[in-house]
Amino acid sequence: MALINYASREINSKIVFYGPGLGGKTTNIKYVYTKLQPTLKGRLISLATELDRTLFFDFLPVDIGTIRGFKTRFHLYTVPGQVFYNASRKLILKGVDGIVFVADSQIERFDENIESLDNMKDNLRSYNLDLNKIPLVLQYNKRDLPNITSIEELQKVLNPENKYAYFEAIATQGVGVFETLKEICKMVLKMLA
Amino acid sequence: MQEGINIFEEDFWAISDALNRLLQGTNARAVLLIDKAGQLITSTGDITGLDTSSFATLSAADFAATSQLASLIGESEFSTLFHQGQREHLYVCLIANRVILAVIFDQRTNLGLIRVRTKSAVAELEKIFDAIFSKVERESEFPKELDADFTSAAEEELDKLFGF
Repeated sequence: MALINYASREINSKIVFYGPGLGGKTTNIKYVYTKLQPTLKGRLISLATELDRTLFFDFLPVDIGTIRGFKTRFHLYTVPGQVFYNASRKLILKGVDGIVFVADSQIERFDENIESLDNMKDNLRSYNLDLNKIPLVLQYNKRDLPNITSIEELQKVLNPENKYAYFEAIATQGVGVFETLKEICKMVLKMLA
Repeated sequence: MQEGINIFEEDFWAISDALNRLLQGTNARAVLLIDKAGQLITSTGDITGLDTSSFATLSAADFAATSQLASLIGESEFSTLFHQGQREHLYVCLIANRVILAVIFDQRTNLGLIRVRTKSAVAELEKIFDAIFSKVERESEFPKELDADFTSAAEEELDKLFGF
């Protein structure tokens, strides 16, 4: 639900990082926060538990500059990945303009990726949102770990029709983080035109 | 995609007028208008030192969480929220079911006055937003400023920003 203000010449869009718990959603946003120059970013807000697990969301506003006279800003959110926080996840999807699905490449997390993607579709449906109409980018994270599922296998279950762009990532090192972000930003802005 | 909010010049000034009247009529510190997705629409009053992006996001989250609490006890929505601090207080209410009005105030005024004046401001803003949302439904009325040129300019800007 992008907010376009023609009077103050501003565009605000909302991008949500979705995926299973401990998959690297917060790590993505934190990496963006540490690397972006101060003029382009706002404060990073984390509503987390004492053990640093996301409780409600993380939030980071990112300014990408002025495009055709419009000050353009993205609000990046993560959802809590843990299964029992679905009420929070659903609330964060409200007004979403684009989604990054952060999948955990580890073999033992394979099923959780599928469950999380199904859960995302269910939550979108509850807002009458159709995944076919919302920009989505997949990120296969943790590619540096030894016991990982192959990209082909992940694609087969999470992106069987190859409809969505995907990126391999090692979010802890920043690999693939900005590539993913750039792609989703482009797709969201394209939807506005 | 979900329905967006497009605010055009005349609506924006009508909104600003209503907010300024509320600010003056209540002697509040600041008034902020936020969409339910957490984006700041506009503000008036003294917002010095206030991180308005964070404020907007957290207000929307607060409202969303409280709405869920309402539904758990069989209410469809809590239409107003009040947070009392030692010096600063916050009064939050919903407009046209889509927009959040947040009033920050201190000891220079009181909750009763805020409540009364906010009620009439909400009625006025509701009319303005109803008109804005019905315009959104008639997409043909949109100015065609965000066209293919906008997309290519956006891509260039993103390339520059991310450096690849």
